[in-house]
Amino acid sequence: MVKYVVKRILLMFITLFIIMTICFVMIKLLPDPIIKSKLAEYKQELALREAWGYNKPILTQYGIFLKKVFTEWDWGYCIRVGTKFMDVTEYIAMKLPATIAVNLYSVIISVPLGILFGIYAALKKNKWQDQVINVIIMIFISVPSYVYAFLVQYFIGYKLGWFPIVIKTGTDYFSWDMFVSMVLPIMALSFGTIAGLMRFTRAELTETLTSDYMLLARAKGLTKMQATVRHALRNAFVPILPMVIGYFVDILTGSLIIERIFQIPGVGNVYVDSIANRDYNLFMAISMFYTAVGLVMGIITDLSYGFIDPRIRMGGGKTNEY
Amino acid sequence: MSTEIKQIPKEKFKFVQLDTSLHDVKFETKPVGYFKDAWLRFKRNKGSVVAASIILILLLYAIIVPFFSPYNTTFRDSYYHCTKPKSKFFSKFGFWDGTYKMTVNQQGYDYWAAITAPDKDGNIRSAIVKVLDKYEKTNAGRTNTYYDIILDSYLKVGYEYRFVTKEEYNNMLKYQEETGIQLLYPMVDTKKILVQGDANDANYWFEYDLKGRATRDANGNYIDIFLRDENGDYVYYVEKMGGNQYQVRVFYYDYFVYVHGREPCFLFGTDGYGQDIFSCLAVGARLSFVLSICVAIINFTIGTIYGAIEGYYGGWIDIILERISDILSGVPFIVTASLFQMHLASKVGVIGSLLFAFVLTGWLGTAYRVRTQFYRFKGQEYILAARTLGAKDSRLIFRHILPNSIGTIVTSSVLMIPGVIFTESSLSYLNIINLQSSTMTSVGTLLSNGQKYLSSDPHVIFFPAMFISLLMISFNIFGNGLRDAFNPSLRGAEE
Repeated sequence: MVKYVVKRILLMFITLFIIMTICFVMIKLLPDPIIKSKLAEYKQELALREAWGYNKPILTQYGIFLKKVFTEWDWGYCIRVGTKFMDVTEYIAMKLPATIAVNLYSVIISVPLGILFGIYAALKKNKWQDQVINVIIMIFISVPSYVYAFLVQYFIGYKLGWFPIVIKTGTDYFSWDMFVSMVLPIMALSFGTIAGLMRFTRAELTETLTSDYMLLARAKGLTKMQATVRHALRNAFVPILPMVIGYFVDILTGSLIIERIFQIPGVGNVYVDSIANRDYNLFMAISMFYTAVGLVMGIITDLSYGFIDPRIRMGGGKTNEY
Repeated sequence: MSTEIKQIPKEKFKFVQLDTSLHDVKFETKPVGYFKDAWLRFKRNKGSVVAASIILILLLYAIIVPFFSPYNTTFRDSYYHCTKPKSKFFSKFGFWDGTYKMTVNQQGYDYWAAITAPDKDGNIRSAIVKVLDKYEKTNAGRTNTYYDIILDSYLKVGYEYRFVTKEEYNNMLKYQEETGIQLLYPMVDTKKILVQGDANDANYWFEYDLKGRATRDANGNYIDIFLRDENGDYVYYVEKMGGNQYQVRVFYYDYFVYVHGREPCFLFGTDGYGQDIFSCLAVGARLSFVLSICVAIINFTIGTIYGAIEGYYGGWIDIILERISDILSGVPFIVTASLFQMHLASKVGVIGSLLFAFVLTGWLGTAYRVRTQFYRFKGQEYILAARTLGAKDSRLIFRHILPNSIGTIVTSSVLMIPGVIFTESSLSYLNIINLQSSTMTSVGTLLSNGQKYLSSDPHVIFFPAMFISLLMISFNIFGNGLRDAFNPSLRGAEE
């Protein structure tokens, strides 16, 4: 197991390094002129460019970049987005709470709902409740999140006027007022997640409900309720939990489009701005952040199977080897 | 059914065959091949047949409408911006007729009520279709009158000033005579307009006070402030720019008919630029379909070949290729898309770079599936038999192993299409890719343009959103049906 984990993590770093190199070179091949501004700022930018080796060959620049990243955790400075010459890491850290808040609320609400509805659908399999839930799942899983965003904005935000259409300004992301103003984006984010989890839970639980050990459990004399809770549910949760853990890791990245629609001052919004305004340092840093989160999520999801399911853990030395 | 066996005389029995030796008879029935079997199973699934028809209708809409629609993406009429949807056929029954409800105060009512014009037969058309309610509301000690009115969004543009050449003016006069439609209306004496900014609005042809309320005569009619010459006749044009240009006052609905030769009628309404949503959406949808189908075909090809090589040869080839796809799968799509956009958009165009971005990582899923299938089948006896008989690698791959996985690959390729459409619309919504030009637009662009009219004119965003939702739902149901159809183990497992 340890060997496997170490191997995966090493591979992750190699992958990350290769992607970072390609990304860096691609960015450096793009024209990046100094923007005209006040003299003092111009001089400051010139000095910073000198320090980052902007007029040296790309590989030398990459060396300087790697050194700064690994020794000082310095990923560069903002130019066109945010406060000028602010460290990008600082800027991202400033924007991260908004993203985390919205997505955390959304996951906290949608995970229990999704699992509960999924269990309900599986228990009522092939009855009308299941059919209804199936149709709902199909619709909710297919319709893009931005369409929900428009729908809730129009009907709940505008027609009924229950909640503000865009979230309120301020940095108190975990206060009650902020939560109220975040209700619409949370809803828009949750529909898809709930439907996805519902479908997955339903599929897994129907499979475990029809397995042989359920028959054995009933034959032993367990009631249907006992057998479901003790045997079917526990086994069904083996693939469900990694998925849930995946959702929790994904909180960090969130949805670009939802952040845009509801004007959430989060990382996704900054990322889109950095692309539109060609703020390359910021673009590089957030790209690497997204890549790293994606890779870490893959590893955590894979490893969590082992932590949850003893069968995989036992055989881990052999079956996971490749 | 009776089980009683009657006495049958012996001579009635005869031998079926005596002189020929029967080893095996040919089946009398027609053989059911893999695809036919899949088709039979697919047909039985009503939901996916309906979904497939909806996709087909949307596809036809995207293909046909740009050719036959009277409007195209270059058509922009700023007077008719955010016009409500209107269907000529349904407007006879009182819905889908381009009208909407509005609550106005006295000033607003006077303004809209003044917009009336006779049509060809002399019937008066007016911007206010119907007054639903008139009521008084007291607010902060002042009583105001309010009206709930239904307004026709095509007629509410009312009168407009246009600059025309002398020649054009004569043409318009000729047109009036020929068709009997009044095109030119009397000019307004702008000196009599009290509020400075209103002088450019051709709809203020009546006298009104500083509060904006119309002053009415004894009969309750408007008092006009038309420009008159010394004989007291109406003046129909004012010379501008040294006599080169005539300023005329037209009723815009009729003027539109005069310019375009048809009455304005936008099936899905118009957006904020005054573009016809019905044809723009079709153009955007066509782009989405073309892009996604291209992506699906390319990814299908690359993924199949890559996966086949990985899975068939295995060993160190597999390890190397697997590492490459591992690295590629770590790159978030948004990073690729924006990097390609920055680099290639100026060289191969926006769509080209988007296509590259989709292809760069899109085939990974297909390759993974094909590889799994190859690992499953390559050790089986029939492959060994074929190899022993001398089949080459290529024959083994394409003839013996690949057909096993064709169902899953086709399904995943079809399901790739809605994914690509969704991603493309999100990216163009976020303006990371800019697909708007004079000849092109995309569903995402329409959505992002419509967003600022969400509260006042939801139809601008409704139709593109509806289109994409319908497409996604249909594709998912269709994909599910396809997956079941291609799964031979489900044969006869229905119900």
